[in-house]
Formats: sequence, structure tokens, C-alpha cells
Amino acid sequence: MKETETIQIVRKETATTERISGSEAVIKCLLAEGVDILYGYPGGAIMPVYDELYKYQDKIHHVLTRHEQGATHAAQGYARISGKVGVAIATSGPGATNLITGIADAQIDSTPMVCITGQVGSQLLGSDAFQETDIVGISTPVTKWNHQITKASEIPEVLAKAFYIAKSGRPGPVLIDITKDAQFEEFDFKYEKCKGIRSYKPVPETDKNSLKAAAELINKAKKPLIIWGQGIILSEAEEAFKAVIEKAGIPAAWTILGVSAIPTSHPLNVGMVGMHGNYAPNVLTNECDVLIAIGMRFDDRVTGNLESYAKQAKVIHFEIDPAEIDKNVKTDVAVLGDAKSSLKALLPLLNANSHNDWHHKFKALYEIEFEKVIKNDLHPTKESLTMGEVLKEINIHTKGEAAIVSDVGQHQMVACRYANFNTTKSNITSGGLGTMGFALPAAIGAKMAAPEREVVMIAGDGGYQMTIQELGTIFQQKVPVKIVVLNNEFLGMVRQWQQLFFDKRYASTEMVNPDFVAIAKGYHIDAKKVTKREDLKNAVKEMIDCKGPYFLEVRVEKEGNVFPMIPTGASVSDIRLE
Amino acid sequence: MSTEKNIYTVTIYTENNIGLLNRISAIFQRRHINIESINSSVSEIENVSKWTLVVKLHVDSMKRIIGQIEKQVEVIKAYYHTDEETIYQESCLFKIKSDLLFDERQIQNIIKESNARIVTVNKVFFVLEKSGRKEEIELLYRELSVFGIMQFTRSGRVAVTKNEMKISTMLKA
Ligand SMILES: Cc1ncc(C[n+]2csc(CCOP(=O)(O)OP(=O)(O)O)c2C)c(N)n1
Repeated sequence: MKETETIQIVRKETATTERISGSEAVIKCLLAEGVDILYGYPGGAIMPVYDELYKYQDKIHHVLTRHEQGATHAAQGYARISGKVGVAIATSGPGATNLITGIADAQIDSTPMVCITGQVGSQLLGSDAFQETDIVGISTPVTKWNHQITKASEIPEVLAKAFYIAKSGRPGPVLIDITKDAQFEEFDFKYEKCKGIRSYKPVPETDKNSLKAAAELINKAKKPLIIWGQGIILSEAEEAFKAVIEKAGIPAAWTILGVSAIPTSHPLNVGMVGMHGNYAPNVLTNECDVLIAIGMRFDDRVTGNLESYAKQAKVIHFEIDPAEIDKNVKTDVAVLGDAKSSLKALLPLLNANSHNDWHHKFKALYEIEFEKVIKNDLHPTKESLTMGEVLKEINIHTKGEAAIVSDVGQHQMVACRYANFNTTKSNITSGGLGTMGFALPAAIGAKMAAPEREVVMIAGDGGYQMTIQELGTIFQQKVPVKIVVLNNEFLGMVRQWQQLFFDKRYASTEMVNPDFVAIAKGYHIDAKKVTKREDLKNAVKEMIDCKGPYFLEVRVEKEGNVFPMIPTGASVSDIRLE
Repeated sequence: MSTEKNIYTVTIYTENNIGLLNRISAIFQRRHINIESINSSVSEIENVSKWTLVVKLHVDSMKRIIGQIEKQVEVIKAYYHTDEETIYQESCLFKIKSDLLFDERQIQNIIKESNARIVTVNKVFFVLEKSGRKEEIELLYRELSVFGIMQFTRSGRVAVTKNEMKISTMLKA
């Protein structure tokens, strides 16, 4: 307390004596918010800020990505592994529009991110000036908040708000557009962190009665099932969550953004729900008597057909965002609030339980899934390599300690299903938007935020090529990420749908690929290609042992399918094993 | 779930901010919902804007949309009400040739009976103002259109609720 007070006093003193430019103020705001790395790409309208970045380069590290989309995904990777706000910066016009995919991704996956864009001078606004685009208008539907600054004096307050809004409550992306004249303009700088906004309540109050009602339902339940999502990770409720499930003995299943909140090996972890999730939690969603959703939003990829989703169950929803209550699934008890404090308050109200018979059902269904799917994925007898066995090797060599950054497609589902996680914030993937091209730049951000962690990126040959240019960033910044491309020479997930639902008409899903190893080597990244099972183990070991970045291409079976699968429109309990 | 659509008056109290119209209309647009009318003004509270929208929706969608609106950082509070729960009015202006006022006796009667008000008269045209419910305005429009209307415009709905909206106490807290 004392320390922060003195810091503020010092700041105030220097502030009154300090007349600085808007662009320098931007850097000072970032420093005051604890930003040490930002990702971006320069251009005309943001040059004054870049000039300051040059002057402040010993205090704040700017990473030049190879595309602004890469900057946003890198900022997301940074945010997802660290829990801090990721920052991306770009110029006006095309620089700004290139940020949109990453912003939309961060919005739907609740990732705290602040994007700063340069804008043409305020006197030129609306004149179709060179590289003018209405980025505030364009980004409105995909940001938690956005704002245009036309005067330098607005910079401290608006940036303070930006960081506060991005991080607090249900996190999300914020975009701040700063006209070029505001960057040049001088003013008296003073920074105060934002402590609240009267129209914005980040965390709703938890109603004691709803907690009691929830506890009562849980205590009476014979077949309770928990589905947890990223909310546990975002509110750092991992320990509170573990305490709850262990005391009440409730089987707990996860969404793909929730995994890694508790270790994969935890006895109460019954796997993944949703379209390519595990058999038991999907089938038993339609058999449980109380369904407890925590920090998840009943995405359609999780619920399948809503008309036949958990109709037999009482539904309890622990949620920070009131707009999620009853949005897709009607709840019997809604517990609003931050997951961590709600779960802590719930714990003493719960009776100790074990639900042994109920657990046996999960085990029995797991056995079926193992025989029909998992065994063939992880211990294949066919000649061609499977994606699953690559994940198995990675698990062995990383001992479950790695952060796995996956792209979008079949390999993503395989990675989420089979990767072992010992620590939280370790599964970084594009869940809600399903953005191909996410993984490579996100892995850069993750590795830079947590240099002590092993970061393994897993992509398909399709998505990898959407942001392949970020190999340049890896090379220039010497980021030791491990890059695994599971090459099936197809846009695999789309091909799978074509096979199952479009009579194998493989419209534009076959890929003729370049020499990926040569490309990686062109960026001076150690690289290897594996086509045979007997070479896989050593190659993965070599990759993990490598101190620098490493690229590994694995040729996997061309027409492998991901199962289990809930076909679109089907019920979770009609999940297919083949 | 009922599939019946109702008319709702949506009241939104907000901070006064440039981008907010875009943000709120986007909530309706992405759900493919038409906004029947929209009005923005100051409110009874200093520095707080008040928006009044009219939409036709199922009650379930209405509730969900209120949630999405309230989620916006600069929205202080949003409410929805049925017609029975509100007192509401619209206002309109007619611009009509002045000759008609003297040549067509009927027009004078229409004006009188409809409780419309003449705002201004000059040699060329006169302007008629009418406040009321949408149906009353529509009736007046039909009656006058027989004689020819030079210009017509109708405002969005403005409404107050019969019950209190606890916004002021909320802001004080
Ligand atoms: C930007 C973007 N475009 C298109 C899609 C649709 N899509 C989803 S998965 C997929 C195929 C991915 O292929 P690949 O990267 O090779 O991975 P695989 O499924 O083969 O593992 C496509 C095209 C998408 N998710 N994102």
C-alpha cells in the first residue's frame, strides 16, 4: 500500500513538470500498466509512437511480426499463458483491418488484449485520406470497448480505461485508435490507473441464496456432472475448483478452453465434452441429474442439438457474465459472480460424497471409447502414422509440462483430446472463432511470455500456411518454440465432413504442399521430416532437446478421421464412435 | 418456448459516447432484428443519455438482447416494457400547401378533430404538428393525404414507464 502511494506521488511530481508528446505518453501509459512486450507492425499513421518505441527500447520490447494478424495472435498467446493483457499495435487502414481476425478471436474467447492503431490526422477524418479506414466502426462488434482519441490529453485516461476494461470481469479485446496529430501534440502528462467506471460492473454480486440453492441441488444429486470452461482459468479458480470436486466427488468434464485447469491425470477428470469430445461425458450429459456448468457458455459445439440437451437434468450455471445466463440453456439456478470466490463460498456448503456407482458408468464408457477409438489413435497397427501417436510421443518427452498451442482442424481436436497437462494455462487454441493460422504466432507470444515453459505448436499443413511468414519473427527474435506440422496433405477437418456428409466429394481440400523443411531451414530453423513410425520417437526427442526453435513435419495418414463425433444437429448422446 | 412476438419499448440509459449508436444497433443487426424506431435524448439524470427503441420480438430474445445491451461498457442500465406498461407517444410534422387551408373546408375540421396544431403558416405552406399514438398519426396521415402532403415526418417513440425505473438510485449507490 505504502509503496504504491509513493510511486503515485513521484509520478504526479514528475508529471506536473513533464510536457511530453502524445506518442511518448502512449509508451509511458504502457509502462505504467506493466507492459514489457508488444507485437506490431509500423506504418505512416503510427510512426510517432514507433519513434518513441525506439527511444524506450531498453524498457519495452517491440516485436515486429510479419503480418498484423500475427501481432494479435501473438498478443493472445502472451495473454493466455500469462493471464496478463496482450498488446498489439498497427498503423491505420490495412494495418488496422489486418488486426480484425485476432480481435474477433479474442472477443469470442474472452482474451484480454489492447490494440493500438494509428489514424490519419483528425482534420482528415472522413476525407478518404490515404490509409484512412473507420477502424472504430469496423471493430465495434468484435471489441469489448473501443475509442478514438483525437487529442493528446485524452491518452492517459483512455489507455487506463482500456487496460482496466480488457482485464476486468469477463476479459476481452479493446481497440484504441489515435489520430496522428494527437500523437504529435504536447501536453502535461499525468497517469492514474483506472479503478472503476460507473456504467460498468465487471463482476456481478453473488447472491447467497443462489449459492445455497446450488449447494442443496448438488448435495441431493445422485448423478451430478460438472462441465467447466475457461472461466476457471481466467479467474484463477483452479485450487478452489479442485477442492469442490474432490469434496463432493463429482466427475468433471471440460470444454477445449477449460482443459489444463486441473491435471489431465486427476481421477475426477472425465475428459472433454462437445463435438469431438469423449464418449462418456457426452453420453452421460443426457443421464446426469444435476448439470453444473462453471465458467462455460454452452457453445453449440459443446451442446449439439439444444432440444435434446440435458433435458432430464437440473442445471446450475456459475457465470461472471449475466448475459450468458439462459442464453442457450435454461438454468434452474444461476450463480453470478467470479468463479473463484463463488466456488470458495460453495465449498463449506457441500457434503462430502463419492458417487462411486456413477463414476463406474464413466469408466465403462471410457473402455468402449478406448477399444473403438483411443487404442487405434495411440497404438495404431496400420502402417501410416496417426496424429494421436505424435501427441503421445510429445507427452512422453515433455512429461506433460509443455504448453500446447494448437491451430484449427483435426490436429486441434487430437491435440486437445490427447495432450497431457500438468499445469494450468497450458492449452492455447482458438476455440470460439476457430481461426486457422492462430497457432504459429500465438506460440511466439506464449513462449515470450513464459520463456521457462516448453511451448509446442501443433498445426495442420493448411493452417500453418496461413501465418507461415511468422517463421521470420521466430528467426529474428530467436524464439525457441517447437513447431510440429501434422501433414495429411488435406484440409483434413473439411475433408472429413466431405467424406461423411458430402459423399466424398473432396472439393478444394487437397493440398499440394511445398518443402516445409526447406522453408524452415530458409529461416535458419533446425528442421526434420518424419514419414515412418520408427523415426518418430527420436525426432520428437531431438526436437524437445533442441535449445533453439525447431520444426518437425510428420507425414500422417491422408484420410484419417477424428472420432468420436457428434454430427451437426444431433444430440450429445448420439455421439458416433466410427 | 412461446413463439409469439410482442412489441417492446426498450429503454437504455447510457453514458454519452460517440460510438454507442453503432454498438447498440450492431446488437440487433447481427441477430437480423429490425429496429422499428429509435430515439436518443437527454434523460432526467444529468450527463446520462436515454434511448428509446421499439422492437418486435419473442420475450426470450428480448431478455437475451437486454443482457447483451447491458453488457456494453457504457450502458448503465437497460429495460424492456410492453405497451401496457408504458405511456408512449410519437410526434409528426406535415407540410401542406397553404391554399388548401382556405379552399378545402374539410381540412380545418380534420385539424380540429385530430387535436393537431398549426405550427406556422405562410403564403406557400403551413406546418401541422401532431403528437399521439402511432395509429392516430396514421389516421391523420390517411385523411390528409387525400389533399396532398408536401412533406411528412414522424419521430420515433418516446415513452415513460408507469412503474419506477430504479436508475437514479442505482447511480447514487
Ligand atoms: C481462417 C479459416 N478459414 C477456414 C476455416 C475452415 N476450416 C476449419 S478446419 C479446416 C481444415 C484445416 O486443415 P489443416 O490446417 O490442414 O488441419 P487438419 O484438419 O488437416 O488437421 C478448415 C479449412 C477456418 N477454420 N479458418
